[in-house]
Amino acid sequence: MFNDIFSSGALIEAWQIIQTQFPLAIWETIYVTILATVFAILIGLPLGVLLVVGEKSGVLPIPAWFLQVLNVIINLLRSVPFLILMILVFPLTRLIVGTVVGTTASIVPLVIAAFPFVARLAESSLREVNPNIIEMAQSTGAAPLQIIIKVMIPESIPSLISNAAIAFTTILGYSAMSGIIGGGGLGKIAINYGYYRYKYLIMVLAVILLILIVQVFQSIGTHLSAKTDKRLKRK
Amino acid sequence: MIEIKNISKKFNTADGIVEALKDVSLSIPDGDIFGIIGMSGAGKSTLVRCINMLERPDSGTIEIDGCDLGKLSEKELRTVRRDISMIFQGFNLLMQRNCLKNVCFPLELSGVKKLDAKKKALELLDIVGLRDKAKAYPAQLSGGQQQRVAIARALATNPKVLLCDEATSALDPTTTNSILELIRNINKKLGITVIIITHQMSVVESICKNVAILDDGVVVEQGAVSEVFAHPKSKAAQNLVFPEGSSGSVVISESGDRIIRVVFNGASATGTPLIARMAVQKGIEANIAYASTKSINGKVYGSMLLGIAGDESNVNSAIEFLMQTPDVIAEEVEPCV
Repeated sequence: MFNDIFSSGALIEAWQIIQTQFPLAIWETIYVTILATVFAILIGLPLGVLLVVGEKSGVLPIPAWFLQVLNVIINLLRSVPFLILMILVFPLTRLIVGTVVGTTASIVPLVIAAFPFVARLAESSLREVNPNIIEMAQSTGAAPLQIIIKVMIPESIPSLISNAAIAFTTILGYSAMSGIIGGGGLGKIAINYGYYRYKYLIMVLAVILLILIVQVFQSIGTHLSAKTDKRLKRK
Repeated sequence: MIEIKNISKKFNTADGIVEALKDVSLSIPDGDIFGIIGMSGAGKSTLVRCINMLERPDSGTIEIDGCDLGKLSEKELRTVRRDISMIFQGFNLLMQRNCLKNVCFPLELSGVKKLDAKKKALELLDIVGLRDKAKAYPAQLSGGQQQRVAIARALATNPKVLLCDEATSALDPTTTNSILELIRNINKKLGITVIIITHQMSVVESICKNVAILDDGVVVEQGAVSEVFAHPKSKAAQNLVFPEGSSGSVVISESGDRIIRVVFNGASATGTPLIARMAVQKGIEANIAYASTKSINGKVYGSMLLGIAGDESNVNSAIEFLMQTPDVIAEEVEPCV
């Protein structure tokens, strides 16, 4: 089935599609992924903070049952396959965006799928903060909110940045899947041309571009994380 | 004045209930350098965390200048904690902030204006001798330098009390001495009451005026350092003062010598060949079985164990001779193999 993948007809067609469709698709992919990541962080980071500080021995304990409920919701959302989740959140999507198809509409299920993941990533970053430093802040008279804002988050910035890169690349992968319900981007091109119309060259090119975008953003994340980490500063 | 009255604290651990503190009472006068010494697990860290209420005691009271900390709300406690600074074994600096911003941290918490905070922080870094490291990050500093930054930070809120939780335990001996010197100067210049938690006898010897010995959650002995060290009564104190052999279980006496313990309790005996003079004047030959003495500001502290050959009268006249020197105490102890 791949024998005519590089036939002259396929190459010409591919070149045309690259010129006409790829620029928009790349833009849509990046735009959807960045927006979804930003929203997922806006919801997930405070949730991750709450998971850590809300514990019985944390700096801002919340009722144990409430913490338990949060944990169950997060685990539940994380265990629903993304394809199913997209369909399940249709009513919410319609409520927020007004429609369930299209590039912007695909942001809603992406955020719903990603924020529990981001919460867990943030939780693990914040748990890395040396508990002795938190004790120091308490002994200095810091209020719980001050400890969160001035100690826990700043001290885990390098780890948070590196986890943000992981979240971004994961959401990018999900966004490719949203092509199935009419979301735009490289994923849509890969599915429409490659899967539905057997134009494998287009599909391969779209996948290669996705890989490149992942590489670029992961590298930026790793670089930023190392650059912000003052523990790595040596004379 | 810090008054600790009858505090007890229990912890529920996997191995059952641990009584970390049992009816501990201490009173620490203003401007003192007070040592709390004990072996690992004696309850020192719990005790020091009770003083600033990071751990609330199960019973008993802690009063600082007449204010009962146990009665305060969390919010009031946070204000009081600005008067009770703390430094730690692991320094606990914010690793993502430079030194200057670390020192600014307590000032930020209490809402001091940025410029004022910066000015104050630079002054403090000057006091600890690290003004040139203001822009450096903790990871770029040595352990001793990190502890100096931590001390500067602890002083930022003009505290009345400085709690030192094993502050020199992670440092080498030379650095330990320089940090202790700094703490002594701060105590002298600013009149801050210093409470030092340690398991190192040398730290208490060199800096503290008063000491409490904590053993298994109980204060077994307390008083002036010279007093407690000269006459350690409890087993725990003896183990700490004479780790190589307390008066209960003294060294070797293979030759059948009788043993005299000589305690130098701030004697101005430097430059006096005490033992040699005893040999010349009294004709008593002493075999030095153990000696650990040090000179602090020209005064000798520490102890020696002398093996004296001969009978009762020899020993008595040796003790008599040694006791003639002020601040030297000599007594016969039981040798045991």
